[in-house]
Amino acid sequence: MTAAATRPSESPEAATRERSGSPARPALLVVGAVGLVVTAWLVCNAFLAFAYYPQWFLNSKILIGALGLLVGIGGAVVFFRFLNMIIEGLPSRLGEGLIPYAFLLPALSLLGLMLIYPTAQTVVYSFANDDSTEWAGLANYRAIFGSGEFWQALLNNFLWILIVPIITVAFGLAVAVLADKLSPQGERISKSLIFLPMSISFVGASTIWGLVYAYSSPDSAQTGLLNAVVTTLGGDPQPWMQIDTARLNSLLLMVILIWLQTGFAMVLISSAIKGVPEDTVEAGRMDGASEVRIFWQIIFPQVRPTLVAVFITVLILVLKVFDIIYVMTNGRDNSDVIANLFFRKLFVDQQAGQASAIVVVLLLLVVPILIFQVRSYQSQEANR
Amino acid sequence: MMGTMKDGRPRSLTAIITMVVLALLWTVPTLGLLVTSFRAREDVASSGWWEALLAPFSSDWTLGNYAGAITGTSLGSSLLNSVIVAVPATVLPIMFAAFAAYAFTFMKFPGKEVLFILIVAVMVVPIQVAFQPMLDLLGPRGLGINGQFVAVWLLHTGFGMPLAIYTLRNYMATLPNSVIESAKIDGASHFQTFWRLAAPMSMPAIAAFATLQFLWVWNDLLIAKLFLGGGANTTIIVDLQQMLGTQGIGSELLTAGAFLSMVIPMIVFFSLQRFLVRGMTAGSVKG
Repeated sequence: MTAAATRPSESPEAATRERSGSPARPALLVVGAVGLVVTAWLVCNAFLAFAYYPQWFLNSKILIGALGLLVGIGGAVVFFRFLNMIIEGLPSRLGEGLIPYAFLLPALSLLGLMLIYPTAQTVVYSFANDDSTEWAGLANYRAIFGSGEFWQALLNNFLWILIVPIITVAFGLAVAVLADKLSPQGERISKSLIFLPMSISFVGASTIWGLVYAYSSPDSAQTGLLNAVVTTLGGDPQPWMQIDTARLNSLLLMVILIWLQTGFAMVLISSAIKGVPEDTVEAGRMDGASEVRIFWQIIFPQVRPTLVAVFITVLILVLKVFDIIYVMTNGRDNSDVIANLFFRKLFVDQQAGQASAIVVVLLLLVVPILIFQVRSYQSQEANR
Repeated sequence: MMGTMKDGRPRSLTAIITMVVLALLWTVPTLGLLVTSFRAREDVASSGWWEALLAPFSSDWTLGNYAGAITGTSLGSSLLNSVIVAVPATVLPIMFAAFAAYAFTFMKFPGKEVLFILIVAVMVVPIQVAFQPMLDLLGPRGLGINGQFVAVWLLHTGFGMPLAIYTLRNYMATLPNSVIESAKIDGASHFQTFWRLAAPMSMPAIAAFATLQFLWVWNDLLIAKLFLGGGANTTIIVDLQQMLGTQGIGSELLTAGAFLSMVIPMIVFFSLQRFLVRGMTAGSVKG
């Protein structure tokens, strides 16, 4: 009855019914281990076959897609089944200790392979030459820190960081508060319309806003909405994406991201506002506080953690912003950002070493956010 | 003067006006694309889309752009590619993440805290760090599967993992622990408890993550561009981006193509919006 000690709440009958305290069962262990290896081997080879020998699958993409789904799901189920068999075959104390790691194994291996190993590798590459064949010392860092385009991109990134998250949160908050004061249908419809852009890709959004910012020469009809408004008001049409005075082109690109993300902010903030206990608001009303005062002194402090969480999420997104700039200007007219510079260095200029160094800078920028996230997770767990 | 609503709250004129203005601002750009996609090339060049909308019966409407986009370009086949990329890349991470989330929620083991903090941390790491090493690993220098669907399934499964584990674990933590405990007392193994109780009870969070992941995979440009390339397996987003780059050629097809690329995510979004909102609020942001 060794396992009973770890679970004091159990009744004695239950403990005997359970297989706890059982000795090793080698047959189960062997079948499980063999099955596990065979499954893993089969699944890996099936996936490689999709890539290497599409003719086996009649060159049909649909068939490959369907089989990929089937083999992936089926493989995972069978894999965990054999894993469970191994655990049951082990002496129960050992099995109980190992099962959490068995459940974590596939997920953590994927994480290790796709995120943790590459992070380390990229740091290594940043000290190597462009083919990653020889060490280059600090040459890559010297090259990027010595180039004007890097500082230009970094400056733009800081502008994005300064402007986009705060405005997105402010809009999200405003929409959430105002929608709360509408009738239920009004609230549902207006929120849906503002939420909708969340399903649109950055490339799609760039196409949409490309039409808004479109420019034709002053003597022809303005088909871009913004220039049509400007000319109607008596102004001259402007090639918006080429104006870098006061970073106007960057600001207009930021509008696209704010437009995309406000719905996300609104949804989270709105549910936080609805979660504010009614009696705290009522108490304020009883004391005769105005609606504005109730908002700032009662509702706002209670939704602040959500505002911070949304702010951080948008901030992380902004740090990596790429698609919009790549599609709209590709960094021309001083609108470049770090992620786009990285892409250009790696795939256009073929300067892998410098590209890696740029990513390392990006990684360093993320570190404070990372620490903040871990801290706030820890304090959240402490309150759970 | 404004009166009250059915539920007794006073009507707010400021709220109504501001919300109408905001809703319009958020809708008009998309509407512009939609209207433009039904207009012929010469009309688009000679007048703004709003003029056609203001005089709907005297303007010429055409489906030609859509027909041209589907038959004349690769957009039809890249639309199919997007489906083939997105469906497995949405489902596969859930399989692995759910087991991990179960372990993090219902099991006690040494190193649990550290491992979960690791997951919280990698959620913040920009995926750009992975590109060069993964290109080496999947490209001709390594496995040689770059350009195949398998490569992007694998990448999206890996990149989606932290958020999947985090969301599912936060949701599972809200499930009544007594249910899991009683299953254990009845002699169910963890494997059985997972399949019969934890996974079905977590369906709302699974649906929420699936919606987010589907949108993210469908709308992704970087991974599809780098690991599928612009060839026969390219996704519609990459195809659209390439069309945007080539000025002049078939610019009227572009608007139709852009709208085609948005239809499926919009359908997914609207049909699963309920889950998305619930999962986002209950799971990923606890404040």
